[in-house]
Amino acid sequence: MKFVRDTWLIFENQMRLLLRNPVWVLVGVFQPVMYLLLFAPLLRPALQVSTDAEAYEIFVPGMLVMLAIFGGLFQGFGLIAELRAGVIERSRVTPVSRLALLLGRTLRDVVSLVAQAVIITLLALIFDLRVFLGNLLLAYLMLALIALMTSALSYGVALRVRSEDALAPLMNTVAQPVLLLSGILLPLTYAPGWLQNVAEWNPFSWAVDGTRALFRGDLGAPEVWQGLAITAVLAVLAVVWAAREFARSVR
Amino acid sequence: MIETRGLRKSFTSRRGPTVEAVRGIDLDVAEGEIFGFLGPNGAGKTTTLRMLATLIEPDGGEATIAGADLRRAPGEVRRRIGYVAQGGATWDDSTAVEELVLQARLYGVSRADAHARATRVLDAFQLSEYADRKCRTYSGGQRRRVDIALGIIHEPRLLFLDEPTTGLDPQSRAHMWGEIRRLRDEGMTVFITTHYLEEADALCDRISIMDHGDIVASGTPAALKRSIAGEVVRVSLLPEFVSAAATVLASYKTDSFEDSLRLHVDDGAAAIPDILRLLDAASVPLAGIELHRPSLDDVFLTKTGRSLRESAE
Repeated sequence: MKFVRDTWLIFENQMRLLLRNPVWVLVGVFQPVMYLLLFAPLLRPALQVSTDAEAYEIFVPGMLVMLAIFGGLFQGFGLIAELRAGVIERSRVTPVSRLALLLGRTLRDVVSLVAQAVIITLLALIFDLRVFLGNLLLAYLMLALIALMTSALSYGVALRVRSEDALAPLMNTVAQPVLLLSGILLPLTYAPGWLQNVAEWNPFSWAVDGTRALFRGDLGAPEVWQGLAITAVLAVLAVVWAAREFARSVR
Repeated sequence: MIETRGLRKSFTSRRGPTVEAVRGIDLDVAEGEIFGFLGPNGAGKTTTLRMLATLIEPDGGEATIAGADLRRAPGEVRRRIGYVAQGGATWDDSTAVEELVLQARLYGVSRADAHARATRVLDAFQLSEYADRKCRTYSGGQRRRVDIALGIIHEPRLLFLDEPTTGLDPQSRAHMWGEIRRLRDEGMTVFITTHYLEEADALCDRISIMDHGDIVASGTPAALKRSIAGEVVRVSLLPEFVSAAATVLASYKTDSFEDSLRLHVDDGAAAIPDILRLLDAASVPLAGIELHRPSLDDVFLTKTGRSLRESAE
């Protein structure tokens, strides 16, 4: 009960601060919107599909996963700013639950990610994308789990390195191969065999496959539950690890 | 209110040797006093404070804080203390009211009660007119008062303040001292760290002087100064009269300098008339005379061989 209340208090405060500068949510959508406008038109001929709608069905889910991965991984920067301002230390001397300190923040990140995903989905509708509402909600659940995982990871790493200078290259080094090995920009069905084998080991490639199946309207595809299960397990692990980092006494 | 035995902490960096930041200290802080930790930067004051406030775990030793065991019940300690860090702790984009309400609620206070408390402390710290402005717009002194208001919003019995007046102008500092005394008079025990001699002297009921991770002296400022044997009377003279004066004042323990004598006496106020009489009887003209009472810096100098003023530079 106390834990739920603590989490809500941290979340509420973080949302209040976020909404004070809502422009950051829009800055976050800028890159995917650019992809949608300037990259997606290349896809119909490249993917050899007959309509724009089909191309968007493949591309938009991948892009949303990318947004969840990148958006989450870079949340650590905000935490480093909070560390410097002393507000983390101030929280740590109160009896507030350590897990709540983390979860309140990651939940804010999930909410802002889902808001961004809605904006992008609406834009894609203009380009003839069609998706069932139920499937879309399941896809958002997948995205939420990914954001939960990546932002928790980012917070945990930020608490360890404690400097933007170390966090930026670290996150980029992780994000680039993860991005390329998940078939986000183009499906890995076009990849040579060895690349497909490597991608098998990338959990995000499962998440992308699952999200694509949902956008395709193929709710029964095994990729859907496999993707959801893998991301859920990893999200829990990431949250547990990062919460321990919050609790650990460091200087 | 605070009792520690053999509390210690060392830090190991990946490169370089282990640093013994705090080398097994014993502390006894009584209820309702302003207790000061005086020492140069790097003496281990902040490390000790952070251990007592549950922020870092001691390597060894025992501590009881406000009746709770530091190592076995850190959660209980947190409920009973307030802690204000040196660097402050507010979000730039929050207002003082928002910060105070959140802080109170993190201690389990209901929303309505949190608002009532926020109003009360804002009033007490004369911050009401800035209550709804963002923290980034506050002056240094206002920000510091918000920090302290955050530290006491849950009405702790014990408040830790790390260097509460560092970086404040003299007027804000005097104001802050007033606030700290008020908290003490309301029954709170206040534990501060400082590297300002004047602050330890004027504000604290009792102090411990810390150097290189050890407590080198403890007591009231007055008792510590008394422990430095006697006082010094400095007699200024024209250079040609120095030896004559030294002869006249031979009954005193005297150091001769080019244009002055320093006399070590037990009680300066009693000695000065006698010194004046002796010099006058021998017709030695006097350029000046002054009484130098021992300061906390003399205490520090006696215990460590260094001046705190120089160490602070």
